[in-house]
Amino acid sequence: MFIQGASDVRLGLDLRGGTSVILQPRISAGQEGKVTNESIDQAVSIIRQRVNSLGVAESEVVAQGSGTNRQILISVPGESGERVVELVGQTAELRFRQVLATGGAVEAPAPAPAASTTATPAATPSGSSSKLSKSAPYFADPAPIVTPKATAPAPAPASTPESDAQSQAVAAAGEILSQQFAALDCTKEESTRGGGGDSPDLPLVTCDRDGSARYILGPAEVLGTQVKNASAAIDQEGSGGWFVSLDFNKEGSGKFSAVTQRVVSLAAPQNQVAIVLDGLVVSAPRIISAITGGSAQITGDFTQQEASDLANVLKYGSLPLAFDRGEIQQVSPTLGTDQLRAGLLAGGLGLILVVIYSLLYYRALGLVTVGSLGLAALMLYMTVVVLGENIGFTLTLAGIAGAIVAIGITADSFIIYFERLRDEIREGRSLRSAVEMGWQRARRTIIISDIVSLIAALLLYIFAIGNVRGFAFALGLTTLIDLIIVFLFTKPIITVLANLKFFREGNPMSGLNAHKVPGAVNAAKNEKGSN
Amino acid sequence: MSSKLSFGDRLYRGEKSFNFIENRRRWYALSAFLIITSSLALGLQGLHLGIEFKGGSEFIVNKAGVSVPDARAAMQKANVPGDPIIQTIGSDKVRIQTGVLTSVESARVADVLSSSFSVPKNEIETRLVGPSWGKEITRKALTALVVFLFAIIIFLSMAFEPKMAIAAIIALFHDVWITVGIYALVGFEVTPATVIGFLTILGYSLYDTVVVFDKVRENTRGIAGGSRLTYSGAANLAVNQTLIRSINTSVVALLPVGSILFIGTGVLGSGPLKDLSLALFIGLTVGTYSSIFVATPFLAAMREREPAMKALSKRVNARTGKSDAGAGAVATAASTAASTATGERGPRNQPKRKKANKRK
Repeated sequence: MFIQGASDVRLGLDLRGGTSVILQPRISAGQEGKVTNESIDQAVSIIRQRVNSLGVAESEVVAQGSGTNRQILISVPGESGERVVELVGQTAELRFRQVLATGGAVEAPAPAPAASTTATPAATPSGSSSKLSKSAPYFADPAPIVTPKATAPAPAPASTPESDAQSQAVAAAGEILSQQFAALDCTKEESTRGGGGDSPDLPLVTCDRDGSARYILGPAEVLGTQVKNASAAIDQEGSGGWFVSLDFNKEGSGKFSAVTQRVVSLAAPQNQVAIVLDGLVVSAPRIISAITGGSAQITGDFTQQEASDLANVLKYGSLPLAFDRGEIQQVSPTLGTDQLRAGLLAGGLGLILVVIYSLLYYRALGLVTVGSLGLAALMLYMTVVVLGENIGFTLTLAGIAGAIVAIGITADSFIIYFERLRDEIREGRSLRSAVEMGWQRARRTIIISDIVSLIAALLLYIFAIGNVRGFAFALGLTTLIDLIIVFLFTKPIITVLANLKFFREGNPMSGLNAHKVPGAVNAAKNEKGSN
Repeated sequence: MSSKLSFGDRLYRGEKSFNFIENRRRWYALSAFLIITSSLALGLQGLHLGIEFKGGSEFIVNKAGVSVPDARAAMQKANVPGDPIIQTIGSDKVRIQTGVLTSVESARVADVLSSSFSVPKNEIETRLVGPSWGKEITRKALTALVVFLFAIIIFLSMAFEPKMAIAAIIALFHDVWITVGIYALVGFEVTPATVIGFLTILGYSLYDTVVVFDKVRENTRGIAGGSRLTYSGAANLAVNQTLIRSINTSVVALLPVGSILFIGTGVLGSGPLKDLSLALFIGLTVGTYSSIFVATPFLAAMREREPAMKALSKRVNARTGKSDAGAGAVATAASTAASTATGERGPRNQPKRKKANKRK
């Protein structure tokens, strides 16, 4: 352990630089029940996938706290700060919506489309078509042979009333929608901020993610939770281009099948189904055939990166919960190194001061303090290394502070014992009996006060505030180590030393030159008598 | 021989004795003054809460020679809502705090700062805290406080007498209240690290009190049957006997905390090290004071009201010919005090060298 782990203290992000994000489940009224351990765990695994896609080693996504107070803590070392925040901050509600109309980033100076129904916007801006024709992704059926013509009529009646109802809804809102559409300026930052909150039952006017196109979209047809799987793959036979294949679950298959059958024969852009993440259009592939098998491919002019990003969005897009960004902290590696150095410096200084004080006051006994503190420091170091390897404990600045503060607590145990020892000598005991008697009495005090410390550390840990959990952990850990050291090292050492002439005779340099109280012989006798 | 006696020896014998308990009104008055001042400061000025509690954004630019006006000019370019609070930390850092920003706005601020001061963007520390997070943190801190107090009251009541637990808890409130009051008065910033510091004081304040009370308990065990010392007298002797211990444990606790404070302020300028150690430094000092001057006198006052202790006071006063109750009896030889106090201890190891077996 020592050899392999000597330099492997896992440092927290505040000591080596990195980004940490705390996400807090957003609990809206009436949805308290939604925040369950399960949903948090699910969110953690989704976010972990997203973070892992960054490929930064030692990134961490964990839930902390309990019940509805659980938060998700994301830590990514290094300099990928903004990407992390972007990635995990997406509350990401994934929906598939039919495209009703598209347009360029801003309303062209040309007369606004007199769109009062869904049909009219179709005739609008053709400027968008340039974009569409360029990358023009489309949905394809991975198994076109299976596409059964026979089944087509079956869903058709079902889809007709549905689309009627939809077009009525859109027609009612059409005026407002087209006004919104006309007013929307996708070149503005706030338009491409996303943020979700779009109702799945209502049409949506929005931009795509790059802010290069505007869309009027129908109500959500398929939800992200209905996507079973998605992956990027390369076309082995054909063009060798990248595509995304996705599978729907049972519910999703039916709905996707319905929407593809409905829109496949419509004119562009209404034959497009937009993939909407967090209220923004990620991609709006055309439907070139009805897809009824529950699997689809999105084919387009994708690079590998684009294809896998899209696949990730489809796969991990939907978090079971919405989250608020509680705290985002970005520490540069420079500051991290500074903090680490300052922490170690403070620890060293504190240790030296305590050692000097002990030696001045307790003379030779002070050496026992020095030895015990040294041993405690070694044990702490080894524990931190071992915990780092096994349970992923990371040492943060707060943890270092906790360890330094604990130097005092550890040294206090020795002081309590030494003073007790002197008291017993004053009572007229020989050193050897004082060592035992003093220990019995000091032990109680040490245990009580260490238990108080442990209670404090435990509660601080449970109710950890922000990133200072490490402080409580270090405090608790060092208190435990203190107990071990006092019992297994300091006391036995004193017992051994008590046999040395130097200490036994109360040499002024021994630290044990307390003076017997006149009449204390009686006191000591007295005590014996009472037993 | 007495010239060779150390201060600790003399305190133990009672040759040198401070009348902590007899003069308790003086200390109460001092504490009352501090508590009232703290309450006023809290009521009038309130605490200067960090952005972690209020929600907001913080940017720290790490570059020698940065100035507040430069930063203000840069922030105007960034054009974000609200009036930023800008201050320099040490000679090479400037800290800018704003209200709650969206991630787009904060990215813009980072961009502007990066170009204005020509520092790489990843060298700018940023911290964004959502508004609901602050509430969450405040709630957690309060929960921790309440749970902690309950746990400690239960534990101390089991480990000590209930009245000792009460006195310890009162001293603890005293410490935290005054520490928080000092924060309000001086206007130090309160961050989560500060709160952790406050909560740690709770533990430490008790630690100190535990040491003194342990001795008080020892000195007063079976005291009601004797007639040498009043409860107050025995308690005062305990405080004197543990005085060196209290001073040493406090000094030894303050030394590392002081070095964190020194390094945290001197080298880093700000951050969790400074916040934590400042709270601890103030709290530990107040805590040492309270375990000597507040907790024990308070305990003695409570115990003196018991009929058995009143009777004891009468007997002691009759014997020593003193009319006033209280710590007057401390002046009697400590050795006898110790013998009275220890006279009825339970069985324990017999020391080896014993000469006679007669009771005094």
